Amino acid sequence: MTYEGWIIVTGVLVGASCSIIGVLLVLRQMAMISDAISHTVILGLVSAFLLTSTLDSFTMLIGAAVAGLLTTIVIQLLQNSGVQPDAAIGVTFTAFFALGVFLISRYAGNVHLDVNHALMGDIAFVPFQTVSVFGVSMPQAFLFVSVVLFLNVILAVLFYKEWKVSTFDPGLAVALGVPVAFLHYLLMTMTSVTAVSSFDSVGAVLVVAFMIVPAASAYLWTRSFPYMFVLSIFISAASCFSGYYAAKWLNVSISGSMAVMTGVFFLISFLFAGEDGIVTRVLRQKRKQRMQWNAASAAASQPERDRLNG
Amino acid sequence: MSDALDVQNITVAYQESTVLENAAFSVPQGKLVGIVGPNGAGKSTLLKAVLDLVPKLHGRAVFFGDELKKVRSSIGYVPQRGEVDWDFPTNALDVVTMGRYGHVGLFRRPRKQDREVAFQSLKELGMEDYAKRQIRQLSGGQQQRVFLARAMAQDASLYIMDEPFAGIDAKTERAIIELMQKWKQQNKTIIVVHHDLQTAREYFDWMILLNKQVVAQGPTEEVFTKEKLQQAYGGQLAFLQSAASEETGGLS
Ligand SMILES: Nc1ncnc2c1ncn2[C@@H]1O[C@H](COP(=O)(O)OP(=O)(O)OP(=O)(O)O)[C@@H](O)[C@H]1O
Ligand SMILES: [Mg+2]
Repeated sequence: MTYEGWIIVTGVLVGASCSIIGVLLVLRQMAMISDAISHTVILGLVSAFLLTSTLDSFTMLIGAAVAGLLTTIVIQLLQNSGVQPDAAIGVTFTAFFALGVFLISRYAGNVHLDVNHALMGDIAFVPFQTVSVFGVSMPQAFLFVSVVLFLNVILAVLFYKEWKVSTFDPGLAVALGVPVAFLHYLLMTMTSVTAVSSFDSVGAVLVVAFMIVPAASAYLWTRSFPYMFVLSIFISAASCFSGYYAAKWLNVSISGSMAVMTGVFFLISFLFAGEDGIVTRVLRQKRKQRMQWNAASAAASQPERDRLNG
Repeated sequence: MSDALDVQNITVAYQESTVLENAAFSVPQGKLVGIVGPNGAGKSTLLKAVLDLVPKLHGRAVFFGDELKKVRSSIGYVPQRGEVDWDFPTNALDVVTMGRYGHVGLFRRPRKQDREVAFQSLKELGMEDYAKRQIRQLSGGQQQRVFLARAMAQDASLYIMDEPFAGIDAKTERAIIELMQKWKQQNKTIIVVHHDLQTAREYFDWMILLNKQVVAQGPTEEVFTKEKLQQAYGGQLAFLQSAASEETGGLS
């Protein structure tokens, strides 16, 4: 595949992976948790490296998953003991993130664990680092992202109705014996793992855009749970395509441009989507006013006619 | 025949304050049971504690002589309407189908017959025309009926419902009570949190008066007395008094 092709395909896969997680997070009103997790996994990465002295993907995944879970548990503990929910998130992730940065600069300064890269990762470099699978050469990031996407799809499909009921009505879910707590922590693990798998291509900051923005846009268009996944994946794919060509045209960062496009799609959705879109609402209002005006003028002329007929 | 529900000394506290103290009562099978008490009496908390939805400081609940884990699929829970996210992207039929999940089992999809049961339940509550309607486009009363249809689809032997009549018009309320009486005749047990003292005496054959503690429990005619109501509602009963004396008047 061409350089261009690998970049776009990797972007689309990252987008799909993030969309699946994002829909669940958005519907559970946990969007900000993804922001927290995407930052604290850096602590997980550096801890895993310091403990094992390896940088292989599997070790990194474990480190990230543990850090992500720890983040959610600490947030939960703080909230349970009376800290404001958003403050609990803010305090936890800045502390964990700062510790991660500290450890990197103190102990891992000379290895490939670059804070800047983890935060801002660049999809433009994806095609250069390749691995060979069954004799086929492909970018490492592509392989990594595909595996995680595959996992996300499997888990989403396998627990489809459990995700649905535990998101809509946790009370009923518990009463039905659905393992609600397990699903919660599973989602947090998936969020962490997805964040890490996307580091090489889009980095920790932009991965949040891919998790939240397409899902939030899809929510404005559709009133169906399964379509929300489909539409969210579609919007993130469209953002990757348009973002890539916009970047080429304007000569700017490709991943940055892709993330900006998710924002553009959100804006479009916000203005036009369904019955809630601002523009749609204004148009409808106008039409209603015109109808009322017509009705009012018809009513006003009624006595006039009565008098004439009488 | 073991009791449908046996509540043994349940105590619940949120943070520091105790909201439920040593609540103990039992409900025989085949009764239509009303739980009444003032706002904040701990009625919702009691139901949640019984179903393990909030942690108990101590005490336990026994269902049909068994622990909750073993009998989950035969218990239907209807939460207060405000407790779920009605903006969730789904339709009425889908919500009712969730009631079948206990019968479907892990990893499986609801079968055609589950959807049929769900649709029949909607129909029973006069909601068949709204099956494909987005849940957030339903009125409060219609949402409540969807919840009841879901409970019905669960085909449970014990129903636990938190204020199922809130926001429902008199005609629908009557229809639902008739439905519950039908369930009762099939030896199902229905436990309902209810606020209207005017109708409580007529609807229920068993009652639990709650105000942080169980004030009284038993057959309605024994529980629904002026003294006991006054005890449960305290000073707030002043304006309820006329209602209560009206209701109990026939007894004395
Ligand atoms: N999650 C919570 N955290 C802290 N306190 C709570 C929580 N839920 C309920 N409470 C408190 O517990 C007490 C009992 O609440 P509960 O909802 O059980 O009352 P209720 O009898 O159902 O009232 P209502 O008739 O208004 O529905 C109230 O004082 C309430 O403020
Ligand atoms: Mg309540």
